[in-house]
Amino acid sequence: MLYRENGQLKTTYGADQQIFPIAQDRWLIWALIAFAFIAVPLLADEYLLRAILIPFLIMSLAALGVNILVGYCGQISLGSGAFMAVGAYGAYNMLVRIPGMPLIPALILGGLCALAFGILFGLPSLRVRGLYLAVATLAAQFFADWIFLRIKWFTLDSPSGSVSVSNLQVFGLPLQSAADKYLFCLGMLAVVALLAKNLVRSAIGREWMAIRDMDVAAAVIGIRPMYAKLSAFAVSSFIIGMAGALWAFVHLSAWEPAAFSVDLSFRLLFMVIIGGLGSIVGSFFGAAFIVVLPIFLNQILPAAGAIVGVNISTAAVSHAEFMVFGALIVWFLIVEPHGLSRLWSIGKQKLRIWPFPH
Amino acid sequence: MNKASANLATVLVMLVSSLSVSAIAQDKQQYFPLLTFRTGPYAPSGSPWANGFVDYFKLVNLKGGINGVRVAWEECETGYATDRGVECYERMKGKNGGATVFQTMSTGITLALTERGMADGIPILTPGYGLSASADGEVFKWSFPIGGSHWASADTQIQYVAQKVGGLDKLKGKKIALLYHDSPYGKEAIPVLAARAKKHDFELTAIPVSHPGVDQKAAWLQIRRSRPDFVLLWGWGVMNSTALKEAQSTGFPRDHVVGVWPSGSDSDVKEVAGAAGYSAVLVLPGPGFESTIAKEVREKLHSKGQGSGPKEEVGEALYMRGLMNAMVAVEGVRRAQEKFGKGQVMTPAQARWGYENLQIDDKRLSQLGIADVMQPLTTTCKNHMGPSAARAYTWNGSKWDVSSEWLHADPAVLDPMIKAAGDKYASEKNLTRRTPADCQS
Repeated sequence: MLYRENGQLKTTYGADQQIFPIAQDRWLIWALIAFAFIAVPLLADEYLLRAILIPFLIMSLAALGVNILVGYCGQISLGSGAFMAVGAYGAYNMLVRIPGMPLIPALILGGLCALAFGILFGLPSLRVRGLYLAVATLAAQFFADWIFLRIKWFTLDSPSGSVSVSNLQVFGLPLQSAADKYLFCLGMLAVVALLAKNLVRSAIGREWMAIRDMDVAAAVIGIRPMYAKLSAFAVSSFIIGMAGALWAFVHLSAWEPAAFSVDLSFRLLFMVIIGGLGSIVGSFFGAAFIVVLPIFLNQILPAAGAIVGVNISTAAVSHAEFMVFGALIVWFLIVEPHGLSRLWSIGKQKLRIWPFPH
Repeated sequence: MNKASANLATVLVMLVSSLSVSAIAQDKQQYFPLLTFRTGPYAPSGSPWANGFVDYFKLVNLKGGINGVRVAWEECETGYATDRGVECYERMKGKNGGATVFQTMSTGITLALTERGMADGIPILTPGYGLSASADGEVFKWSFPIGGSHWASADTQIQYVAQKVGGLDKLKGKKIALLYHDSPYGKEAIPVLAARAKKHDFELTAIPVSHPGVDQKAAWLQIRRSRPDFVLLWGWGVMNSTALKEAQSTGFPRDHVVGVWPSGSDSDVKEVAGAAGYSAVLVLPGPGFESTIAKEVREKLHSKGQGSGPKEEVGEALYMRGLMNAMVAVEGVRRAQEKFGKGQVMTPAQARWGYENLQIDDKRLSQLGIADVMQPLTTTCKNHMGPSAARAYTWNGSKWDVSSEWLHADPAVLDPMIKAAGDKYASEKNLTRRTPADCQS
């Protein structure tokens, strides 16, 4: 009733091809953006910002990058953690080695380091595909673990192997408070998400999807597999690298190579699969599911236990968190194998014909 | 801000926070958050450690609190993961009127929290571990590696090795291999051992083992080939027992393997056949099944069904470490109360003064019932570590035997390194050293 596009006539190609062709969607998204930019920093407390929203935003950005590679181009990658690590250490070295380097260019340069690394480790995709490629990209993960643990130059010869950044500034403004950091991450995410959305709707995005759906057929109709695959690796690892730099600089602020272990690669892949392959909004859902749900369970379980008068130990809470989390993953994948984003679009469709479903 | 934030939080999050606050909403209490790891690959080390912590707090409350102020504590499970540790820190730092102090129980989490603690004005306590450079109290105002750090561990460890060969001068020309957990914790050993190697002219080979440390075949192959005189074991969790098993299968004599406190707990050696002869140099407390405080815990808590873990672990090295960690946290508050008012709840800034002016002498240690397993602790504004004492214990197949006198970390070796590391940190972070006037605060 409220959510119907009847009467919204499109008179230009521009109107027809915009990201949200339905007016209600546009209003909703503008309201959401305004809420995220204005209301959240005013209302949310420090814990919510620092421990939940900032990691969620950064992981959404990373999942977005992984989704371009895995979801849109169909190249399964287990090297996402490595791309994040290269982005983080690249940006770190740019920031500390070049005097007067501002933060945003350092992040972009970090992303470019990850881009070069991604192309290098994307080369096997020209020969191997599917699970074999996943194994080949795992090499990127081990290689990154190795260089940042062993080559002291990257960590500025710090004896503990751990590096840290502080006194970050953006355009001369200090990036100190939780709200500032949140806004900075949100801004980066909004810009990259808009670029990514437009990229996947463009010719190159259609090339990626053609390669994903059937690479032989795509080659036959004139799409260059090498160009398409490597460009997907490049764009994806650039975004993941920037996310890695943000994760290290803004969220952790002091980190060691273990922060970008293979575990992170798996988590990113799960985010994309659970959120929805080949869907920008799915990356956000997936990140929310993987980042926020465990923390939420960790806090709700003792409270739930207290209601029924049971005192659950922290170890039991932690075990229960894993079990419930795992069960939910399985349940979601059975109920909706196409991910949370498909549930979202089904919901929208239902809403469109409500209250008279046919 | 706080009221407004409650509006935004979802109904469920509000439910959580309101419940957990109401559970401990009583009169005067001092809130100690705990970052524990009872799950994950390092849980065997984490559980007794956490149990010791909690038992000590229970004991303090049984005896009437800190001059009447009850101790409140809350655990947050980190699984030894840095990102969860940061989340726990953010979750607990503002609860119940503010966290008094954070004990990270992990070197990785310490690194992530050092700056946050500085910014938020919450002391970070790391007795026996953490960031060794933070002993420099003039740079690290909020960090306290009281009574020892990994550098102190490394220094006392090499002293013990020297004792075994008959003096520091006899180390000349010896080959010593360092088998370390490839994490900030393990790497902390290298600078001190390298400095000692230069001073006494022995050959040091550092062999890293990556997390979690179950695959050490290549490392032991290297040890077999180079035949070092001693292997210094800097392992954690499952890495320790694996190393001892590998030592046995390589045929490396176990009495030439020397560990430190993270590689010297009962869980590391208990189930390992052929671990006998292995010794570990433990800074701060060692195992103390017969210590006064262990007896007290058994009598006042376990016999009444109030104990936190299995009764058998009371007195284990890591359990005693938990007791000692909690003791330092409480004693700091007690010390602060002497200045800021007895029977008052201390703010983190007031507690910080207590940690900085800690005076736990022999007399106090025996009052606390822990005198037979550890040495006095003192801290000053300049030196947040204070004198660091360690003792070697040798596993005889069923229990740890004391096998050395008290070894003291040599300030002549450590102080210049701490100063240099502090200066480097200060220049990186644009910090200035604290003035003497600031020390009075």
